[in-house]
Amino acid sequence: MADKEKKQKRRTIKNIAKERTAMPEQPPLIRATNFEEVALGYTEENAVREAQRCILCPKPRCRNGCPVDIDITGFIAKIDEKDYRAAYDILSDATLLPAICGRVCPQEDQCEGVCAIGKKLEPVAIGRLERWIGDMAIENNWFQVPEITPNGKKIAIVGSGPAGLACAADMAKAGCDVTIFEALHKPGGVLRYGIPEFRLPNYVIDAELANLEKLGVKIECNVLVGRLFTIEQLRTEMGYDAVFIGVGAGYPTFMGIPGESLNGVLSANELLTRCNLMHAADESYDTPLGIGNKIAVIGSGNTAMDAMRVSLRVGAEHVYCVYRRTREESPARVEEIHHAIEEGVDFHWLTTPLEILDDGEGRVRAMRCIKNELGEPDDSGRRRPVPIEGSEFEFEVDRVVYAIGTNANPVIGQTSDIEMNKWGYIDTDETLHTSIEGVFAGGDIVTGAATVILAMGAGRKAAEGMKVYLGLEDSEEDAKAE
Amino acid sequence: MYEIVAREDFSDQTFLLEVRHPMLAKAAQAGQFVITQSHEHGERIPLTIADFSKENGTITLVIQAVGKTTKEMQADCQVGASLFAMVGPMGIPSHISEDVKKVVLVGGGLGVAPIFPQLRAFKEKGAYVIAIIGFRNKELIFWDDKYKQYCDEYIVCTDDGSAGIHGLVTQGIEQVISKHDDIDELIAIGPPIMMKFCAETTRPHQLKTIVSLNPLMVDGTGMCGGCRVKVGGKMKFGCVEGPDFDGHQVDFDELMNRLGRFKADEKIALENWQKHRENCRLMNTEPEE
Ligand SMILES: Cc1cc2nc3c(=O)[nH]c(=O)nc-3n(C[C@H](O)[C@H](O)[C@H](O)COP(=O)(O)OP(=O)(O)OC[C@H]3O[C@@H](n4cnc5c(N)ncnc54)[C@H](O)[C@@H]3O)c2cc1C
Ligand SMILES: Cc1cc2nc3c(=O)[nH]c(=O)nc-3n(C[C@H](O)[C@H](O)[C@H](O)COP(=O)(O)OP(=O)(O)OC[C@H]3O[C@@H](n4cnc5c(N)ncnc54)[C@H](O)[C@@H]3O)c2cc1C
Ligand code: SF4
Ligand code: SF4
Ligand code: FES
Repeated sequence: MADKEKKQKRRTIKNIAKERTAMPEQPPLIRATNFEEVALGYTEENAVREAQRCILCPKPRCRNGCPVDIDITGFIAKIDEKDYRAAYDILSDATLLPAICGRVCPQEDQCEGVCAIGKKLEPVAIGRLERWIGDMAIENNWFQVPEITPNGKKIAIVGSGPAGLACAADMAKAGCDVTIFEALHKPGGVLRYGIPEFRLPNYVIDAELANLEKLGVKIECNVLVGRLFTIEQLRTEMGYDAVFIGVGAGYPTFMGIPGESLNGVLSANELLTRCNLMHAADESYDTPLGIGNKIAVIGSGNTAMDAMRVSLRVGAEHVYCVYRRTREESPARVEEIHHAIEEGVDFHWLTTPLEILDDGEGRVRAMRCIKNELGEPDDSGRRRPVPIEGSEFEFEVDRVVYAIGTNANPVIGQTSDIEMNKWGYIDTDETLHTSIEGVFAGGDIVTGAATVILAMGAGRKAAEGMKVYLGLEDSEEDAKAE
Repeated sequence: MYEIVAREDFSDQTFLLEVRHPMLAKAAQAGQFVITQSHEHGERIPLTIADFSKENGTITLVIQAVGKTTKEMQADCQVGASLFAMVGPMGIPSHISEDVKKVVLVGGGLGVAPIFPQLRAFKEKGAYVIAIIGFRNKELIFWDDKYKQYCDEYIVCTDDGSAGIHGLVTQGIEQVISKHDDIDELIAIGPPIMMKFCAETTRPHQLKTIVSLNPLMVDGTGMCGGCRVKVGGKMKFGCVEGPDFDGHQVDFDELMNRLGRFKADEKIALENWQKHRENCRLMNTEPEE
């Protein structure tokens, strides 16, 4: 032990491996024809090697970069010590979904973006390590149900995305009787219907949901809250002591250019839902997909990358990305863009769609666009795309997929008196309490479309607020103290 | 699982299912719909709530077997069986205004079923209710009694003249408009082409006309945008901003074009399913999913 400590102390940026341990992946041209996971995951050897690149900073900056304040140094040190179970316990203090966040967090903007060695070398692959531990936990069934003392409080969670799941877990651990209501026939929110199998396999979501059920959380699908009953009814006649709203911001937007109602124009959400939730590409399921041969996807965020890579996998011959700025300004995770390029997506950077053209029978024939150059920075600090006069051009496509962002879902606003801002997102105070007493909200429906980890963080923060509101002691903390 | 407690077949194409879901029956209002999935691999399809009984805790669906999903339901959805999924009530309920003193409800073919809850609601609010229903022929007529119970005037139109007016519902509308000059509102539900012509018939009379649109849907929660329709030049999502819209503002041609989005896939799905069923019948085995 003393030896090991010495060894660790001596680790500096000078004597660690310069390059991060590569992630084993399926070769691009093979994976573009299947739905198996692209990134295969570290082996134990890979993980230990990567853990040893962390210099275990005394004041780790990485931790500040993590929205849920994971003790990154702590869990990495445990991997180095080969005490993987302990690494998992450290992770699960902060996150319910390590196998998911390790896969989908935009680490380059968060933990890894501020990693100390990142200035000179490639940062420690924190996400990959987190995923590896998360996968180990699933494989070995490490999830442990804490001692829970029921307190008789009933909690309703609306929406089963990461925000709802995180809030549900914390409230169940605190001893509450928790029910999640989900409108679709399967739980998981965007994790299920949006992010495709090759990035986040369903078995990972199922395993994390199974853990929730072990905590006693009930999940009721096929319940559209607002319409089957209202938020107000949950608090009054249905007897819930507190409610959390995590309905996401899934309402897809279009641009309002001519030709958007042609057959062959659809939102990325529709394409992804048909594929992921409804299994349209699988012959044994009934939902049609109607994928074309030449597909243009507008936008360059995660949703766009997913839509493009799904299109390739279901047999499109040619997939284009049409984005008005450049690769540098793309909001997608760096890894997703890299993967999309490797798999053969054809990128039209600095391109704005002007019109979608009709084949004469109400279907998409082609798209007309204009080229841009980058001008002065705009409000977001990114350089504004400025159209270049006379640069219009046309190219043949038979599908146009919109992935240019989403708005707040309107159903809760239509059916309750909850206060919202002018864009329809729910207003909350700093504890995430809304204008209706005992009703909290968090995730995309409060912030607008964001990330899995931010939604999860919001769910946990709302749970904190709820516990204070209900005057609860945390039974899990008690159990630990004993 | 949502149990089917009653079934009635109106014709070889049209059938009624009564499904148990007490909470939904309690919440349902005129003009709303559900999305069902008959089995786990099935498609999510929208169906209007044609009736609901808070006492029995059931809702009624009337379904026309037109493609793979609905024909399969016609074959498999027997009393005692269950639907894999049913979510609702969805959509904004119809506005049943006290100010409407005289109302005309037009149901074409299957549309006779989904318009019924509105008819009853208007009657219960004390309005003078005129119903115009249209069918291809006399044999296809259903819910005659149910209608007569709530209507002040009940006008039947058939394409072949085997009952009532020989002609389309639009002829019924002309007739009613010429007889009454104090109609406050007309509501039409049926195939898009019928709703379009109803709206064209009332437009010159500036008679407020509400139609219930039936775009293709996936989730029904405002998440996919597949159900978008154009109303007054603006894009609307049928599932969360409808299904009721001002008939004079709707772009019906666009709606009809968009309903044909998956025509090729639908045809193949139906043929494959029919072949599969036929094989199972020949081999005298239960069809497997
Ligand atoms: C295609 C795609 C890819 C993405 N990729 C990434 C990524 O790689 N990394 C990342 O960090 N983030 C990614 N995101 C963003 C991330 O998924 C979201 O920010 C996150 O899921 C938001 O979580 P949430 O819990 O707020 O809502 P959601 O995940 O949207 O879940 C909301 C749930 O509520 C349900 N619901 C809605 N209305 C009702 C109602 N009235 N009653 C009952 N239930 C209702 C919905 O059906 C849904 O299941 C991606 C998003 C998309 C669309
Ligand atoms: C809000 C709403 C309420 C509805 N209410 C009812 C109802 O009460 N009873 C009922 O029988 N049907 C209703 N429909 C239509 C029903 O959803 C479709 O008939 C069904 O989805 C067809 O599925 P399928 O697989 O059997 O046929 P498909 O193979 O999908 O289609 C077969 C044929 O039917 C047409 N079709 C498909 N979908 C629709 C549609 N949405 N509207 C009209 N034609 C369509 C296709 O163009 C095709 O020609 C409603 C639709 C909406 C949007
Ligand atoms: S949860 Fe996300 S941001 Fe936090 S440490 Fe893990 S990968 Fe990094
Ligand atoms: S900042 Fe980087 S090197 Fe430092 S502790 Fe965090 S992961 Fe390790
Ligand atoms: S059906 Fe998906 S948004 Fe309306």
